[in-house]
Amino acid sequence: MRLELVRRPESPWFGIVAPLLAVALTVASGFVLFLALGLDPVETLYQFMLAPLTTFQSLTELGVKGAPLALIATGLAIGFRANVWNIGAEGQLIIGAIAAGGVALAFWNEAGWWILPLMLAASVAGGMAWAAIPAFLKTRFGVNEILTSLMLTYVASLILQMLVFGPWKDPDGFNYPQTRLFSEAALLPVLIEGTRLHAGALVALLAALAAWFVMARTVTGFEIAVVGDAPQAARFAGFSTRRTVWLSFLVGGGAAGLAGAFEAAGPIGQLVPVLTPGYGFTAIIVAFLGRLSPPGIVAAAALMALTYIGGENAQITAGLPQAATGVFQGMLLFYLLATDGLLRFRIRLTGARSPRAAQP
Amino acid sequence: MIDFLIPVMAAAISAATPLLLAATGELVVERSGVLNLGIEGMMLMGAMAGFAAALLTGSHLAGLLAAALAGMLMALVFAVLTLSLSANQVASGLALTIFGIGLSALVGAPYVGQPVPALPKLDIAGLSDLPVAGPLLFRHDGLVYFSVAAVAATWWFLNRTHAGLKLRAVGESAQAAHALGHPVIAIRYAASLFGGAMAGLAGAFLSLSYTPMWMEGMTAGRGWIALALVVFSAWRPWRALVGAYLFGGVGIVQLHAQGAWGLPSEMFSMLPYVATVLVLTVISARSQAGGTGSRAPADLGKPFRASR
Repeated sequence: MRLELVRRPESPWFGIVAPLLAVALTVASGFVLFLALGLDPVETLYQFMLAPLTTFQSLTELGVKGAPLALIATGLAIGFRANVWNIGAEGQLIIGAIAAGGVALAFWNEAGWWILPLMLAASVAGGMAWAAIPAFLKTRFGVNEILTSLMLTYVASLILQMLVFGPWKDPDGFNYPQTRLFSEAALLPVLIEGTRLHAGALVALLAALAAWFVMARTVTGFEIAVVGDAPQAARFAGFSTRRTVWLSFLVGGGAAGLAGAFEAAGPIGQLVPVLTPGYGFTAIIVAFLGRLSPPGIVAAAALMALTYIGGENAQITAGLPQAATGVFQGMLLFYLLATDGLLRFRIRLTGARSPRAAQP
Repeated sequence: MIDFLIPVMAAAISAATPLLLAATGELVVERSGVLNLGIEGMMLMGAMAGFAAALLTGSHLAGLLAAALAGMLMALVFAVLTLSLSANQVASGLALTIFGIGLSALVGAPYVGQPVPALPKLDIAGLSDLPVAGPLLFRHDGLVYFSVAAVAATWWFLNRTHAGLKLRAVGESAQAAHALGHPVIAIRYAASLFGGAMAGLAGAFLSLSYTPMWMEGMTAGRGWIALALVVFSAWRPWRALVGAYLFGGVGIVQLHAQGAWGLPSEMFSMLPYVATVLVLTVISARSQAGGTGSRAPADLGKPFRASR
């Protein structure tokens, strides 16, 4: 007997069924896992998945945490479509936040309308510059972009630490490793009074809309898809792989940098040694869970934001380490990849001697 | 000077060992045409499982076995996804890392801060007392020697055995190997599991020898550096050994240089990561400029399904 995968005809349903099935399987596995760890599985799962949806305050937090995920994933998805693997978004986010923070600190005792736009522009430029390094090394020397973009994330995180422990430390901050609080002019406007939901969430939605338009309705979007799906056809058509690599990294880096500015000028309001619970990495899962399409990404970002808030809840109520969130996120991606395979192919058991199974 | 150098070099050998174990495993995996980016996750699961087993049973051997097993189980998840279900290898590897970081922290939470005795140093009668060579080469624990032996065994297996030849054939052209009647998927499964076991042991070296304790995320990017080492090695075991010792050396030198010349310590901590980028660039530039033979296996990362 042997397993065989037979390709099924494509169906538009797969794109919707697979993620839902993956979520269901993740919840089921979480149940078993919590049971094995001696926790009350129903209560813990409730804290993880449903409690965040029960109050208005935590619903707005969904937007606070979902916005950077959606923004970064939208940028990354363009590269993933073209088989360009920028997995250093976390580093690009950090450099973006540093650039925005630099502007905010330089003008911290001034109040001008131009400060915030300048910060956002600086963050986009910073994220792009950091992403340009792997893009340059890839296009010029053929260096594997996965490894370089990831290594640069560690470097970016150390640069941030160097600044907040060193020259940028708040002089009136009792020696805590953090910068001054940003001035009023350097903070993002809040959308709903009394919550942390900031204007960045709107920008993230607009960015998803814009990306959807570019990918679905423009020649550039078509080029990117062809370079990823059929590199040879792309070469014959005269589409440039080099251009696609640059475009992917600059868009991904710019989006991640902007997300960094949103974090610093939004919920945090200053620079601290650790800015995010790994949004740059989680965004990779968001991109895949959302099928690399902007509408899917927005939905996936909300779901991932849910696991973050749920993780914080479970940390308080059940004493789970915050990393438990990663278990859910990893499992989701596993199951998504698995259900994808199962839906695309039909598994058939065949006899080893069947003439159609040519090889042992 | 020599009194200072010997402990530094001995420490470099120690720091290189987890990189070498993981890189040797991944090298075999990649030679079979599979790219598993989940080393960091497998290492962490190995570190946690090895530590927990050693703590609970009091046996280091049980710890090492548990670590290898944990790494293999993680690799099995990856193999089922990518080999049986033809899932994207890059995405699956990343998922494995994120999952491993989370699961090891979750399951390992009760063991944080607990003490466990470090792996015993092998005290080889006579040799350990030699001047210079004694403290440098003969006062390590068994895993250090195992890692070097594993490099030799891997070289021998890949280049001198029939099975190794088949494995390389599968990595160069899965379709051709399949046409010749070699079981492509089975060979890739075996290679992936070996990679998992080695990554698990690499993790156990960290939690049972290097810093005998368990802490979440304690691998600190070593899994990724091991991946870079495989590229550095041009997929050849002995060059992986040289690379691992170079990187181990950089890691130790930056520790000793911390604070020198009045520079912030973070600048030294960046060194291993910056060095990785530089080395990868030099290697890639050279292979692009025309064949030092450091070419990746031709079918690396490509999913395979038997066509009829």
